[in-house]
Amino acid sequence: MISTTIAQLQLQEPGGSDACAASNGFCPGWIVDNIDRYWTPLLEHVYLTVVPVAIGFAISMALAIFAHRRRWLTGPVIAISGIFFAIPSVAAFFLLQPITGLGYTTAMVALVSYTLLIIFRNITNGLRNVPAETRDAALGQGMTEHQVLFKVELPMAVPEIMAGLRIATSTTVGLAALAVFAGAGGLGSEILIDKRFKSNVVVAGGLAVLLAAAFDLLILAVQRLMTPWQRARA
Amino acid sequence: MSATLAILGDFGEAIEFIFKERESVSGGVQIGGIPELSGFAATHMIVSIAALAIAAVLAIPLALWLGHIGRGDFIATATSNVGRAVPSLALLAFFISFVGLGYTNVIAVLVLLAIPPLITSTYVGVRQVDRETVDAARGQGMTGMEIVRKIELPLALPSIFGGLRTAAVNVVATATIAPLANVQTLGEPIITPQTYGFVGQLGAAIVVAVITLTVDFLFARLQRAVTPAGLKLAEPAKRRRFIRPTKRRLEST
Repeated sequence: MISTTIAQLQLQEPGGSDACAASNGFCPGWIVDNIDRYWTPLLEHVYLTVVPVAIGFAISMALAIFAHRRRWLTGPVIAISGIFFAIPSVAAFFLLQPITGLGYTTAMVALVSYTLLIIFRNITNGLRNVPAETRDAALGQGMTEHQVLFKVELPMAVPEIMAGLRIATSTTVGLAALAVFAGAGGLGSEILIDKRFKSNVVVAGGLAVLLAAAFDLLILAVQRLMTPWQRARA
Repeated sequence: MSATLAILGDFGEAIEFIFKERESVSGGVQIGGIPELSGFAATHMIVSIAALAIAAVLAIPLALWLGHIGRGDFIATATSNVGRAVPSLALLAFFISFVGLGYTNVIAVLVLLAIPPLITSTYVGVRQVDRETVDAARGQGMTGMEIVRKIELPLALPSIFGGLRTAAVNVVATATIAPLANVQTLGEPIITPQTYGFVGQLGAAIVVAVITLTVDFLFARLQRAVTPAGLKLAEPAKRRRFIRPTKRRLEST
């Protein structure tokens, strides 16, 4: 009881943040003074999230469109990406190192492979949930299969595709925290440098959570812009 | 044997590390080999099973009840969103710095990671049960408890086991970083390269990957085994092949 009071007193003293930091405490003063050093890891983390999700989205979209007309492909794609998905990221970061070396490439390959299952499954479901009547109406208006896909089916699947993108992005923010094992930096490396220091853990972990939330809101905003018809209804 | 392993390079050496003891990188200690790795694997499995069991006991009944009374859409989506957004490494570090090291804390972290998929899958599983089926059961005079036990739970089982599968894979994967909290799981060689070297890290990574894939496969089989016969019968009908829309119209009339 007395010791906690002293700790609180030390917190308020000028220069007390050093004593607080020395005891691995949670020190607002230390955080304010040292927030700068989290800037680079945060940017690395953004990079480790945006690039894999973008590449994963491109691959999944191509595969989903290809599998849309060849339904038998859907099963194998989900099965194979499901195996990637089940391999723990820490293990994947090491399994890839003999091939791609230590650094960004290894982290990217692993992180891309985790987005595939999530995004592919959502695009496929979104395309499949377009009502048959809608497709019929489009065909009846004289649209080609190609036009139906790009002008009717894909726009109608946007909410589900975006939902997949949101899940993939928040998952990737979490997994990118482990990219430190691939030697790719990110907020995870800050956590590992001093995992017993409360202030450090709270700032680095908190930034990762905030990053996930920020991406989530951003994708939601893009979705609202892309689907004006839904806004009108709501 | 060793000639084939040599062709595999690092992977060959890592496989040798799994099966044969060797001297540590810094010298003096014997590392690797089946005895040491099976010890790590045993700790890994004990921690994982304990966490999964605790999470299941806490989450499944709660979500069953929420699903039964039909309230909890918010809880189900919020837990899964929060669960995904918090990195496992951050959660473990949070426990290490604020609570401390050791088995209890590692298991607590793993329980927290396993709860969100269990709540979501159980809740969704119960809500997906046809309302007409539940009404019919109520009309036959079943009590609320009977409806949960005889109708909602069996029909939700495939979804619940889907959640158990996700949770189990997450837990086994995250148990890999447990050595950060002084619990010697299969992540031990990964966290201490100064003793085990890259070969040890790679060897441990191979074992972790094999174990996780096995767990995933076993839970997939379990999921299929607990699917009620009635639901299995309904499946082939859903799997329509792709037919041009106009043709399907003709067939259905």
